[in-house]
Amino acid sequence: MITSYLAILPEILLIILAAIVLVYGRHPKGDRKRGVGLLSSWGVFVVLLVTAGLSFAGVPGEVPQEIWGGMFRNDAFTLVFRTMFVMAALVTCMLTVDVPRLQHGEWYALVMLATVGFNLMAAAGDMIILYLALETASISFYVLSGYATDGRRSPEAGIKYFVYGAFASAVMLYGLSFLYGITGETNISLLTQAVLGNISQPMLLLSTILVVAGFGFKVSAVPFHFWSPDVYEGAPTSTTAILSTASKAAGFAVFLRLFMSGAVGNPSNQNWWVMVVVMSILSMVLGNMAALWQTNIKRLLAYSGIAQAGYLLIGLVTYSVDGTGSILFYLYMYVFTNIAAFGVVILLSRVTGSDEIEDLNGLSRRSPYLAIVMLLALLSLGGIPPAAGFFGKLFIFRAAVEAGFWWLALIGLINAFIALFYYLSVAKHMYLYRSDDEEQPIPVSRAAALALGICTLGILYLGIVPSAVFDWTRLAAQVFF
Amino acid sequence: MQVTIEWYIALSTILFTIGALGVLVRRNAIIIFMSVELMLNSANLLLVAFAQQLADAHGQVLVFFVMTVAAAEVAIGLALIVVIFRTKNTIDIGEINLLKG
Repeated sequence: MITSYLAILPEILLIILAAIVLVYGRHPKGDRKRGVGLLSSWGVFVVLLVTAGLSFAGVPGEVPQEIWGGMFRNDAFTLVFRTMFVMAALVTCMLTVDVPRLQHGEWYALVMLATVGFNLMAAAGDMIILYLALETASISFYVLSGYATDGRRSPEAGIKYFVYGAFASAVMLYGLSFLYGITGETNISLLTQAVLGNISQPMLLLSTILVVAGFGFKVSAVPFHFWSPDVYEGAPTSTTAILSTASKAAGFAVFLRLFMSGAVGNPSNQNWWVMVVVMSILSMVLGNMAALWQTNIKRLLAYSGIAQAGYLLIGLVTYSVDGTGSILFYLYMYVFTNIAAFGVVILLSRVTGSDEIEDLNGLSRRSPYLAIVMLLALLSLGGIPPAAGFFGKLFIFRAAVEAGFWWLALIGLINAFIALFYYLSVAKHMYLYRSDDEEQPIPVSRAAALALGICTLGILYLGIVPSAVFDWTRLAAQVFF
Repeated sequence: MQVTIEWYIALSTILFTIGALGVLVRRNAIIIFMSVELMLNSANLLLVAFAQQLADAHGQVLVFFVMTVAAAEVAIGLALIVVIFRTKNTIDIGEINLLKG
């Protein structure tokens, strides 16, 4: 009994923390304005320690457990994603401490509740909890996107995300209800056994298409990507930082849970995998092509995120331990990298009041350290050593070649080269162009500096000694095979 | 005449299509919300019908959760509409075009 509670202790603590922050952060004044963010950061840090402590104490153990009536699967896969999400929430909270318009308890509480949703998505063992967790995260993000009600863009981003998001989750629910009708089960592992017994059902194909559409939306893969540039641009940058990383990673967690186990059809390379391959290629090509023309840094990162979803889908197609492990590794590097990039944008746009690429002009003279963090993030996104992105891409492409998808790896490689063009053109703005404000450095608070430091260390660590983390993610990937 | 499971599947498909078309075609935010509700409820209908046919309670349990989530979703959606209306004086999705789309 006690192990059942221990297994969800991080989530329980996050909910308690959200309640505390809500009470403490009600109409904060004076010192409390920063206090809300600091309290949240420390709280989430404690949750991170608890998660790590639990894993050392043997929760989850070697053998995957299904607890709470099959709702919650506690295995290495859950642990990998839970650590990732809590870390993303921690770094985002730290970066937001000094953003004036987000210094309210509600913002931080919603981030924590969304994190609970992500954790449960990664751990879902049942359709019911899967849907609930997805909606917990989504509904929190509708509010987080529309949070800055003083501006005009933020509510617009909120309502756009809401309309598309509600549509996508309704489509997905319809697919899940067909899946239930075919199998008569809501538990994913029982459902999988039933599906593998009767594959030829046309209803199964229909439900697969609907479910793929729902999660394609979550991970912003083409053709379900159209919301992401608008929402990323309009939402407060702190929201975008966690939306673009943790939310995408949670989408992939569920993708892997459903697809690798075979809940939506036998995982072979022939039949409906074609759909994922097409999505992958379209995401890479369209994402990179559209990113070439962007003048707004947040939109550029949004399109780059669409392309990154394409690379990640390659790993899904391989259906191997290496492929799945490399997806998890890639998501880790993506969390650090993208939050670092958005972190610099958060600090910069507080001074300039906008988020155009031109604002980065002369950043290397203005704030050399910020420029280095941004450069490292861009190198990582582009896949250049010593940043983590190099190994992320290498592992995925290697897994694809080993599984016989050398042509898909080739398309990915060509796209990675195209992507370098726009990543390096941002670097050009920072290092080669001049601006008139070079004498005024960007103010960076201690909390934000620490957060960017964590991200930088993460990028360098994964880029220089990737084997430790890759072995860990491969171990987690083995729960499916 | 016997009402079989196919009838329910057909009805829910019709409702789902009406809802999906409503989201895609209509421009009034409130109507779009109603259409989303229709889509969710078509899935609910399907779940209940399947649960009845399979004599299994899981589907019905899921329906309760879906209804709860739908209520929460509408609360958030209406709040967002109020915020939008304050700044723009319209709830026409076509007019909400500050972001390039």
